[in-house]
Order: sequence, then structure tokens, then C-alpha cells
Amino acid sequence: MKSFVDDREAPTDGRPEHPDNIPLSIHDLTVAYGRKPVIWDVELNIPEGKLVGVIGPNGAGKSTLLRACQDLVPKTSGEVQIYGKPYKEQRRMVGYVPQRESVDWDFPVSALDVVAMGTYGTLGWFRRVGKKQKAISLECLERVGISHLADRQISQLSGGQQQRVFLARALAQDARLYFMDEPFAAVDAATEQAIVSLLRGLNADGKTCLVVHHDLASVTQYFDWLVLLNMRVVASGPTDEVFTRENLQKTYGGKLSLLDDVADRLRNVGR
Amino acid sequence: MEFNWDSLDTWTVVIGGLSAVAAAMPGCFLVLRRMSMMGDAISHAILPGIAMAFLLTHTRITAIMFIGAACAGLLTAAFTQCISKYGKVDRGAAMGIVFTTLFAIGLILIRQSAKHVELDPGCVLYGSLEYSVIDVVQIGALEVPRAVISIGSVMCINVLFIVLLYKELAASSFDPSLANTLGFNSGLIHYLLMMVVAVTTVAAFESLGSIIVIAMLIVPPATAFLLTKNLAHMLVLSAVVGLLSAFLGHLGAMAIPPVFGLEATVSSGMMAVAAGALFFSAWLFSPSQGLFLRLGERREHAGRPLPPTAGEGS
Repeated sequence: MKSFVDDREAPTDGRPEHPDNIPLSIHDLTVAYGRKPVIWDVELNIPEGKLVGVIGPNGAGKSTLLRACQDLVPKTSGEVQIYGKPYKEQRRMVGYVPQRESVDWDFPVSALDVVAMGTYGTLGWFRRVGKKQKAISLECLERVGISHLADRQISQLSGGQQQRVFLARALAQDARLYFMDEPFAAVDAATEQAIVSLLRGLNADGKTCLVVHHDLASVTQYFDWLVLLNMRVVASGPTDEVFTRENLQKTYGGKLSLLDDVADRLRNVGR
Repeated sequence: MEFNWDSLDTWTVVIGGLSAVAAAMPGCFLVLRRMSMMGDAISHAILPGIAMAFLLTHTRITAIMFIGAACAGLLTAAFTQCISKYGKVDRGAAMGIVFTTLFAIGLILIRQSAKHVELDPGCVLYGSLEYSVIDVVQIGALEVPRAVISIGSVMCINVLFIVLLYKELAASSFDPSLANTLGFNSGLIHYLLMMVVAVTTVAAFESLGSIIVIAMLIVPPATAFLLTKNLAHMLVLSAVVGLLSAFLGHLGAMAIPPVFGLEATVSSGMMAVAAGALFFSAWLFSPSQGLFLRLGERREHAGRPLPPTAGEGS
């Protein structure tokens, strides 16, 4: 099954169509745990400077897709190119915000320490965090609005604040392409707004963000490009083209109750 | 009650203290990685490594023992990884399978060659601190126990390891995926840490015995974890707690049994008991998260979830 936008070239906004101008290009990607495939034959080209929402039901392989792009899970087949080169050569281009639950928040470090980890890549082996890295980290905490919590031990932060720490850490990586795994999961309204304005800020700077997202109601508001995933790519393209009832039905199958929640919104966008 | 503190007592505490500091360094990261049992596994699994090294070379040169132990330690980590990945059993079970099997092989090797081997299975478990103290070499005008030199060197290596790889260890322990994306191979760091644990264990087990080594790997770091929420402080505190355990343990071994009209007991055992007692005190009195403090101020933290405390009356 092929997505209907695959055969079409990505909109170029007047830029020349070169692979090294494409932040993320995935060809024929399959990932399997044991014999069970998790994502299958994924073909994707993400144009630069987009806020990309990755949506799909639980178990659709959204996190696996993000992890496979960064060599965190072995690829069964296929290839991933970041700005025209394999990930190994392009680490510095990529920032990663893993799911908040993936780490132990009792770890004895402060918010600033965690953000400073984002600078470790440029430091390399053995070199220590210095004044410069600390200044960068503090600035990144400022950008997510919690620089006053820099010295707070991370277990003493609320869920939303922890999520902001993770985002600040990704900012400290100073990347061009960001992978964010459910940054909006279980955060308070203030944090959600902070994340949204941060995403818009990154977008304005020409960065590309792939964001795994669950809340279909806010999809049209937050993202200008969508990837609908359910093991395979159901559709990928500008939000106003691919966020259709038909595509959602293909992606989410029979879970119509879920779709009813967004029916209103779909009507609002005039579909 | 009277004390006769002589140079042997000092050396006993020095050996115990050096072992405790050496063990606490990698121990902190074992505790933080929630893999404390790996210390248990490796400290047992090094036995066949040591036995093989001895049988192949017929020497007790420390360096060869270290190599044997390091190999066995790496094998333990690798086997555990393989079995939990492909064998469809959880990590704890995989560890249990690997280290008991390797330990048993080690015991068999030692028993089978008992004639020409000076390794004693009993000493593997509870060590021979009392003999380590009198097994000395002459350095200048000073008679220094061999164990002090070997454990002292291992302690220096461990401290160096932690100082050099502090940020790599921290990142890969907190968020291995992120460490990988930053270009620090979490797997490599994991195996390095396991090797350090193995080498530490082999340096310390001859004096302290494997069980006490496990205590020194885990209890001082766990105590320090209760006392601070800063990684660097935790490392330093765990070393202090380790040193205190060694000192208090030896003191206790000398002083407590006579109270009951008994002879002084094994210091290594008492060191582990002292470590346990220190942990218990930290659990009760920790300024940041001690039991008493939690009982006292549970009402003030409405926003911060606290574990429900027993005996909540009102």
C-alpha cells in the first residue's frame, strides 16, 4: 500500500530539490522486533522547516519510527537519510526529546544538569561541562520559561516542568531537525502553550520538528504537515490536504468513537 | 573494656576502607542504574575466571587474576544480556542463571584442582582479612600488606575512571538513548562499568570475601542516595560512608563481642553490618527524605506526591 503523496514531490517553497536539503528522507524502512514487524515499508520525505505531526493509534510504531531514524533500534531493512547523509554522520543535526516516562526522574541531578547533557555531544569524550555549557543550558531553560528552577532536583519538578527540561535539553543540542516523542503527553495547559510557542519559534528559525502527537483535536492548530502512521504510512503531506476523514479511518481503523471527537473540528476546517 | 589498637588494626581498617571506596565508585552507578544485583552476579561469576587464570598459569600474580576476573565479568554481563534478550526471561532471572552457573563452574574447578591450588572455596565467601594483614611486602622502611597495594591501585583506577567518564556515566545511566544519540555508546560504557566492578571485586574479595564486597558495592551508595540529590555529592558521600563502615566495623568487631563475654569477631562481617546500620540511620534521619522528616512535614507539600506513610492518624 502506498501513500498517495509518495509519488508526488514535496512542496519546495522555491528551494531546489536536493536530498541534502531534505531534513529527513526514509526509504523502504522496516523494523521488526523478533519476527513481528512494527513498521513496514515506510517511505517518507519531510520538507525543511515544517512542524510535522506524527499521528496514529497505539502500537502504530510512531516511537519506533523516531528511534529507528536515530539508530536506537536496528533497522530490518531500508535506509534513513538526514540532510542527505546517514544518521551516523549527522548526529549533531538532530535533537531528541524522548518520552518523559523513559527515564528515572529520581536520578540525583538538577534541571540544569539534565539540560547540560544536550551539550555533551559537542563536548565529546572526557571533556567536562564548563561555564560556556552552563550558560547555554541556562539560556535554554529560560526559553522554556523555567530558568528559576535550574537548581531544582528533577524529582521535585511537576510533570510539565520535567517535559520542559527535556525540551530545553533538546534546544541545548542546537539541532536542525528535532524528534519529539509525545511532548504533549500529560502536561498542564500552561506547559502545552509553552511547548506550542517553542515549536513555533523553532519553526520560525527554519528548524524541522517531528512530533508524535495524540490529541487529534489540536492537530490542525499545531502542525502544518502530517504523517499518518499505522505500521505503514497511510498518508503524509500538508495538514489541510491529508487530515481527512477517509485517511483517519484508514489510520485508526474501526475506532470511530475516537473519530467522532474530531468530527466537529473536521467540519470546521470545511471537509 | 580495653582496646589494644596496634598497626594490624590500622591495616585492617585501611584495607577495608580502600575496598569500600573502590567499590562505592562503580557501586553508585549500579544503584542508579537499578542493577544492584549485577554486583552480586559479577562478584560470584568472577570465580571461574580466577580459577581458570590460576590453572592456566599456575601463578597468583595479581595482574593475571585481574584479567581472568575482568573476562568473567564481561562474560556475565554479555550472557545476561543475551539470555534476557533471546531467552524470553527477565533480566533478574537471566542474571540468576548466569552467575550461579559460572560460580558453580568456578567451585568445581577449584575443588578438582585442590591439590595444587591455594584457593579455598570458603575464603571466597567470607575472605581472610586477618591473613591479608600479615601478608606483607617491604616498601622502604615500611611493611605494607600486599592487599593494600592491590586494593589501593584499584581504588585509584576506579576514582580515575569516575572522574574521567563522569558525564558519560551520568548521561548513559540517566538516559541511555540520549547518550547514544550524542555519540556515547551506552553499551560500551555499560561493559566498561561491568569490567570495573569485576576488577574491584577480585581486588577486594580475597580480603573481604564476595558477600562483603557486594555489601560495599551497594550499601554505601544506597545510603548516600538517601542523603543527597546531587550525583557528585553522592559519589563522595558513598566513599565517606564506606570508610566509616570499615572503621566502625572493625571497632565493633573488637568492642561488641567482649560485652557479651565473647572473643572479638570477624572484622569484614562487622564492616558490612556497620554499613547496614549506617543505611538504616540514613533512612530514619536523612535531612531530605528521612522517615522522621517525611512524617513531620507531609502536610506542607500538597503539590508534591509523597509516599503514603504508615500510621497517618489524622
